Amino acid sequence: MLGHSPSISVLIADDNMTDRMLLSSIVRRQGHHVLQAGNGEEAVKVFEQMRPHIVLLDVMMPVMDGFEAARRIKALAGEALVPVIFLTSMSEDEALVRCLEAGGDDFLPKPYNQIILAAKIHAMERMRRLQATVLKQRDELARHHGHLLNEQRVAKAVFDQVAHSGCLGAHNIRYLQSPYALFNGDLLLATSAPGGDLHILLGDFTGHGLPAAVGAMPLADVFYGMTAKGYGLAETLREMNAKLKRILPPDMFCCAALISVSVNRRVVEVWNGGMPDGYLLRQSGERLPIPSRALPLGILSPERFEPTTQFYSVEEGDRIFLLSDGVIETTNHDETLFGVERLEAVLDRNQDRDRLFEDIREALQGFHGESRDDVSMVQVKVVDTASLPPVALALDRGQPTPTDWSVNFEFRAQTLKRYNPLPFLLQLLQEVQGLKAQSGDLYTVLTELYSNALEHGVLALDSSLKRDAAGFAQYYQWREERLRQLEEGYVKVGLTVQPEGRSGGRLVITVEDSGAGFDVASTLARVNEGVAYSGRGMKLVKALSHGVSWSDDGRSARVEFAWGAEA
Amino acid sequence: MTLAHLDLAVLAALHDIMGEDYPMLVRTYLEDSQARLTRLLEAQDPKTLRDSAHSFKGSSSNMGAAGLARLCCELEHLPLAAPQAEVCALREQINSEFIQVRAAFLTVLATDAL
Repeated sequence: MLGHSPSISVLIADDNMTDRMLLSSIVRRQGHHVLQAGNGEEAVKVFEQMRPHIVLLDVMMPVMDGFEAARRIKALAGEALVPVIFLTSMSEDEALVRCLEAGGDDFLPKPYNQIILAAKIHAMERMRRLQATVLKQRDELARHHGHLLNEQRVAKAVFDQVAHSGCLGAHNIRYLQSPYALFNGDLLLATSAPGGDLHILLGDFTGHGLPAAVGAMPLADVFYGMTAKGYGLAETLREMNAKLKRILPPDMFCCAALISVSVNRRVVEVWNGGMPDGYLLRQSGERLPIPSRALPLGILSPERFEPTTQFYSVEEGDRIFLLSDGVIETTNHDETLFGVERLEAVLDRNQDRDRLFEDIREALQGFHGESRDDVSMVQVKVVDTASLPPVALALDRGQPTPTDWSVNFEFRAQTLKRYNPLPFLLQLLQEVQGLKAQSGDLYTVLTELYSNALEHGVLALDSSLKRDAAGFAQYYQWREERLRQLEEGYVKVGLTVQPEGRSGGRLVITVEDSGAGFDVASTLARVNEGVAYSGRGMKLVKALSHGVSWSDDGRSARVEFAWGAEA
Repeated sequence: MTLAHLDLAVLAALHDIMGEDYPMLVRTYLEDSQARLTRLLEAQDPKTLRDSAHSFKGSSSNMGAAGLARLCCELEHLPLAAPQAEVCALREQINSEFIQVRAAFLTVLATDAL
């Protein structure tokens, strides 16, 4: 016994009354509802009005034959599947082919076999229901897709607000990024630290779509927040890693390259965790790779994450170039990768660094690569800070401010090893309303004095080492080593704020170290003659503050800042 | 005993399908066929002739008149170049066969009514 089809409506069109009557009885007996038509034209009319599920059409009919009727019924059905079974006593293959070409789905030969007819109706009805399900699911999918796209649009709008609070628009930064890079997990952020250092992050989250985008916001928050407070790369990296480790699911992480460009100190500090090689492109044409030496963010637990950064000396006009793996992984028709060699060839060929992005794009096009929207590149040129726009200042909110106080800190060996007190000290000084306008200079001076105290004083590093590239690398290597081995020593920082006049004030900073000191007089003389790199810090401190002096054989420095009634 | 011009097995199946509408089906066929036969006999052009033969073949085969259906099939597939004599001969055979078929059906109806 054949599986019983659910009851459907069947249109039977045949000009032969006998055949029509017989077929109708057969179909009715199988439990279905029957509609009848005597010719092709009638069949189309009945179909249009009643929309039967299946149509049985005789081929040879007057007024309009079965083929034409089938074509019109199929057209009326549109996307829905209306199975058409031709009734025919033709046996020639050619005739049967015509049936299929007219859109017929099957034939039923005469004399009618009711078992075969039942089987065919059963099969056709299954197909019809399948098609209906497919269409319904397609429409549902389209609706969901529409919702998803909308959600992504909103997410992107929110993120753009976050991302654009940075300074990617600075004139010494050039970048290339697809507007929907966010949903490929690509992240590009840039902002200034209080001392004028420029921090840039190029990141690549695993995954696609909203999951990839969602980690970007907390990361950006940490990056901007900590940089603004004056934290260095290491502290910012620790915080970003801890945050991502905490909030991302176990199989998600973020490859990242983070750089800090300090024009004042002519130093670039870099960290690369999982991104392709970045490049330091010197004016001379020399190309230095900045390879990945660490695991991406969000993998190691905070206890095991120890960010080690590399330092490179830079001159005005040098550039740092970072890129995401979209460039290298661009493939052509033969599934060949564009690859690192081709990229480096472009870098070597390129004459005008301002045209670097164009050269790379041309190379990618010439490679017949499929264009991707996860190609992100950024280029930073080392320029004089004076040419950069000033950092935005906090407005006077009329909060109470401490105008008359002093504090002394002593940071000893164990603290010096692990802790950077500068952001904290700056925060403290930020409480003083009158000093806010000079935050940048304050931070620069504090950093300079503290670094000198720590590196030249406590760690006894000779700053003249930094004269050339080899010495430079050596200097930072020794710095890391000696800091790790440090057992004794201290840096003392004293801050005194006193009011002057009605709304003015004066800040005195003293920094003292446990080192051997230095010959202040001769160093100052060298500085005034414009010789020797080592004196650069002193020149800067002099320029930015209200007055500086050294005592105790160079072990103690004293700097003054002042603000007047107009503050 | 098989009636020479009708397939009893087919008739039984028809009876089964149609139930009490069986006599109406037979009567419809006989009326329909009369008109169809007339068209076939009077057809002037080859297309009308072929189409009529085709159609008559269809309903006849459904009704179990196998012999009649076969003759119609022969007429339908006669080549265009066939001599007129052949056409006339076949038409004659179809006519006679139908008379037999009709008689057989009327007998069947009569016995059923009993």
